[in-house]
Amino acid sequence: MSSSGDMPDKPNSGVSRRNFLRGTGLVLSVPLVAGGVNVVTVEGAAVQVYGPDKVQVSLNINGQARSAEVEPRTTLLDTLRNDLDLTGAKRVCDRGTCGACTVLIDDKPVYACSVLAIDAQGRRITTVESLSSNGNLHPVQQAFVDNDAQQCGFCTPGFVMACKAFLDRNPNPTAADIERGLGGNLCRCGTYVGVRAAVAQAAKARPQRGGRRNG
Amino acid sequence: MQKFEYVSPTTKEQAVALLGENWGDVEVLAGGTDLLSLMKDYITTPRRVVNLKGIAALSGVRYSASGLRLGALATFDDVLSNTAVRRNYPAIWAAVEGVTSPQIRAMGTVGGDLCQRPRCWYYRAGYGLLAKDETGHALVPDGDNRYHAILGHNSGAYFVNPSSLAPALIALAAKIGVYGPKGARQVDAAEFFRAPGGDGEREYQLSPNEIVTEVLVPAPGGMKNATYEVRQREALDWPLASASVALKLTGRNVGAARIALGHVAPVPWRAGAAESALVGKAVTEQTAAAAAEAALADAKPLSRNAYKVQLARVAVKRAILAAAG
Repeated sequence: MSSSGDMPDKPNSGVSRRNFLRGTGLVLSVPLVAGGVNVVTVEGAAVQVYGPDKVQVSLNINGQARSAEVEPRTTLLDTLRNDLDLTGAKRVCDRGTCGACTVLIDDKPVYACSVLAIDAQGRRITTVESLSSNGNLHPVQQAFVDNDAQQCGFCTPGFVMACKAFLDRNPNPTAADIERGLGGNLCRCGTYVGVRAAVAQAAKARPQRGGRRNG
Repeated sequence: MQKFEYVSPTTKEQAVALLGENWGDVEVLAGGTDLLSLMKDYITTPRRVVNLKGIAALSGVRYSASGLRLGALATFDDVLSNTAVRRNYPAIWAAVEGVTSPQIRAMGTVGGDLCQRPRCWYYRAGYGLLAKDETGHALVPDGDNRYHAILGHNSGAYFVNPSSLAPALIALAAKIGVYGPKGARQVDAAEFFRAPGGDGEREYQLSPNEIVTEVLVPAPGGMKNATYEVRQREALDWPLASASVALKLTGRNVGAARIALGHVAPVPWRAGAAESALVGKAVTEQTAAAAAEAALADAKPLSRNAYKVQLARVAVKRAILAAAG
């Protein structure tokens, strides 16, 4: 717990000597295995302790096995952007309240700023970079272009991923479904009308399966 | 964010053994939607983070004749997509549905909802749970308190409990399952939350080395229930006031009632006076309004949040009518 005087504009330094010493003391007499990973015996079972320094993280991103050396505190968003050169997901609020960093994990939209990279291992991560193929835009991307669904464009990659995830689960949405289904993304330019129109267009462009209406 | 070591146990026994003796030394990670922000802002600076998502026993939503079991790791999506929850526990379903962000619903968990820290902007800016300046002066009473408590702030805690589920769980007489070094125990949802007396304390009845494992909701047994939230924005925000109601009707009259308010006090607020006002009466616009009046009779709004008193009355009245309807 930080003291009550710690203000965000005056944060503690990354590591205090006291916390470092305290941290090392608690994993004392434990053999170092490799790459920042220790093994401790807990309740009779071997449990791996990662970090606090850099460890190897293996991620399944857009169908490819990728790896990076990051500290356990590193978010999936920062790993994508800083280590894996996937800068489509944007860092805006960095507090899980704007949606600009939206990626899919196991087909569900998540805020990549609020997921630790180490915690995303073994999951299927999909980023906006995977949507277009051979220069052809994904129907959701094309619909954003056709409907002027961006102004400054900074929220757009996150919106596109949220819209894709929404349409994958709601192939035939009503206008009310669309409005509610995009409740996890903000656009400060206020281009929501265009985004809603883009989702409606992309829904129509999808191959219809059985013609079932949701809602 | 301060550096930490990360460990992902596979049993609750391991998890508990990896926790610390003092709050903030080790933090528990589930969905991460609150913890990562708290760590980025140095509100908490743990030396170790224990990820619970490797513990399969903490997952799942299960409904049976004996009631509903929500695993601590069940996501809001898991709860929302469960048809038995929607049919039998509309108070829970509506509270979860009110979290409109699909991202938060995909990530956020039942246990995390109960243990998330207050949204008070003084707390989030580093002034501590009780929001005092360096001279010990409380900042909230004459500060920007538009979203703060209107009830239960005698203790000096002015934040509001942020849980979406808690009022519904209290109305439905749920129990919270807890596991720690001494084994498993259950706490009534109505007793789980507390107003902290100091900045080193937490807002819930856990020890630093205990975790929430599950929520157990009794079989509805004819309890009609509902939640009503009053919101400024439909998305990406917490309600300004909410109420959850569970009613047992005997003929046309209310035989028993449990009513809890959210976002009005440092704890989810059980409104005993509103329950008493309703029992023995038929639910009408008038009796619901009278119960709502009783629920807020003791309200002590701060300098900038008197408007919340009326919003809370509306939430109570509409939740009663929705439950009875």
